[in-house]
Amino acid sequence: MQRFRVLLRLRHIPLPMLAVSAVVLMGTALALVFFYAPIDGDQGLSQKIFYIHVPIALTAYACFAWGAAKAFLHLWKRPPGADLESYAAIHQGVIFGALTLVTGSIWARISWGHWWTWSSNQLVTFLILFLFYSAYFMLRYSVEPGPARANMCAVYALFGVVLIPVSWLSIRIANDYIHPTVFTTKGPQMSGSMFLAFCVSWAALLTLAGTMYRVELAGKRLDSKLRELRELLA
Amino acid sequence: MTASEKYVAAAYLVVFVAVLAWVAIIAAKLARLERDASELAELARRRVERSGEREKVSV
Repeated sequence: MQRFRVLLRLRHIPLPMLAVSAVVLMGTALALVFFYAPIDGDQGLSQKIFYIHVPIALTAYACFAWGAAKAFLHLWKRPPGADLESYAAIHQGVIFGALTLVTGSIWARISWGHWWTWSSNQLVTFLILFLFYSAYFMLRYSVEPGPARANMCAVYALFGVVLIPVSWLSIRIANDYIHPTVFTTKGPQMSGSMFLAFCVSWAALLTLAGTMYRVELAGKRLDSKLRELRELLA
Repeated sequence: MTASEKYVAAAYLVVFVAVLAWVAIIAAKLARLERDASELAELARRRVERSGEREKVSV
């Protein structure tokens, strides 16, 4: 409950302050990744991709989960704007999802010698999750705007959230030896300095996603108010 | 530049370019909203002027 209250309070941070925080955190994260975190003994310099790839993937999961939470809220209490908020969060999730796939492919090419492998459950389930939420936009733009579209989109967004734990747990359940598992039941399998760089990177990307979400939402709201005004003046 | 360095640079550059592209899209959208807002303001101003003229004629 306390954590939920903190999340609600975060919503009231002014947008410029959030944007400045994202820039500062990004700079700090880059400095920590390249000048503080040690070079991995096993993978060498290419392991530095971990600090961008994994936080981006976790941010994509967070965006999809936020979109599903807003969709649930829309179906449950029907507050005005919940459908738009769900849409904006899923849009951010798809952007971060695409970046996860691209950065992951680059890392796979240097580590495994392939851009993609179909034998890794983690990769395939993430691709399914990404394609599922990409299809959300096809659904949204093929139906006339209104309560029916909002309800359909909310139900679709809620179905997709089931894929998040499936994607997260797939490597643990199926003993995927290709995709590395860093976070185990024994905690993060990395040194303290590496973990600090990872946490700051994740905080930076979450703040960036939050800023992008708020900017997109403001743009969408402004667009709908202008449309309403145009109809009144016509 | 080693192969590892190239791949690491590529991964970080992809993210940077994606954020830059997003900023460019938002800037274009903002410019469109600004155009729409000034168009509506002009429409509202004309309407106020027209109603003012009508009031003068009726007096």
